[in-house]
Amino acid sequence: MSTTASTAAEPAAGASDRAGASRRRGSFYRGDPGMWSWVLHRITGVLTFFFLFVHVLDTALVRVSPNTYDQVIETYKTPLVNLLEVGLVGAVLFHALNGLRVMLVDFWSKGPKYQKTMLWVIGVVWVVVMVPGAFFMLKRTVEMLFGGA
Amino acid sequence: MADALILDKPRSPRRPAARRSNFELYSWLFMRISGLALIILVLGHLLIMNILDGGVHRINWGFVAGRWASPFWQFWDLAMLWLAEIHGGNGLRTIIDDYARKDSTRFWLKMVLYVSMVLILAVGTMVIFTFDPEMPAT
Repeated sequence: MSTTASTAAEPAAGASDRAGASRRRGSFYRGDPGMWSWVLHRITGVLTFFFLFVHVLDTALVRVSPNTYDQVIETYKTPLVNLLEVGLVGAVLFHALNGLRVMLVDFWSKGPKYQKTMLWVIGVVWVVVMVPGAFFMLKRTVEMLFGGA
Repeated sequence: MADALILDKPRSPRRPAARRSNFELYSWLFMRISGLALIILVLGHLLIMNILDGGVHRINWGFVAGRWASPFWQFWDLAMLWLAEIHGGNGLRTIIDDYARKDSTRFWLKMVLYVSMVLILAVGTMVIFTFDPEMPAT
């Protein structure tokens, strides 16, 4: 295959063994962490889009009446929805960080080379932001459920 | 990085000379530009609304009224609404194209998507522009 970009010294495999040879050379995408980041990017994106649909409609209740809006927002201050809220922030944060990574892969000349390194970096940033974030979001619920002594 | 990801170049030695439109190129570019703006708009929104100073627990009608008294936050929310809805809608359009197997399924899923996008953009924009801070409580 004179058209492949591979720099591997391995001799070209026969056509029937192309996929296997590609996998050994590391030029096969399936199963790479990059694939899983793509899967997560899709899932977090779809979930966020569905949330946005609900969120615009619940906010639209401010035009119905202050009491109607306040009643619906009260249901958002319950433990279960509080947990969903942490999930939403986590999903959006991953989507944002991985989106930056995708842009660096596309536009930065060394992006493709460091795509896996950047995945671990955004993983670390995600944890570093989510730990205090989840703490502040869940603080009141935990105090309410388990009682502040 | 011995195991760096190396992708094969497309097999075809030459690509079709003429394309009917550059829509997919602009769509790809829009995802990146809007994504960059949304990182500021959405993460800022989440930080203020969900994390700082008690988060969701301090949000009520009066809180919204206080924020929309400022043209800055009105513009912030309007920009976020339009960019997020089109960014997300375009993402879902790609996903429908990827997974719908029949042309009719693809067509109807996209119709549902486009109708929901028009609805959300219209309702959201109307609410931001016609919000009435003097509204009676009930």
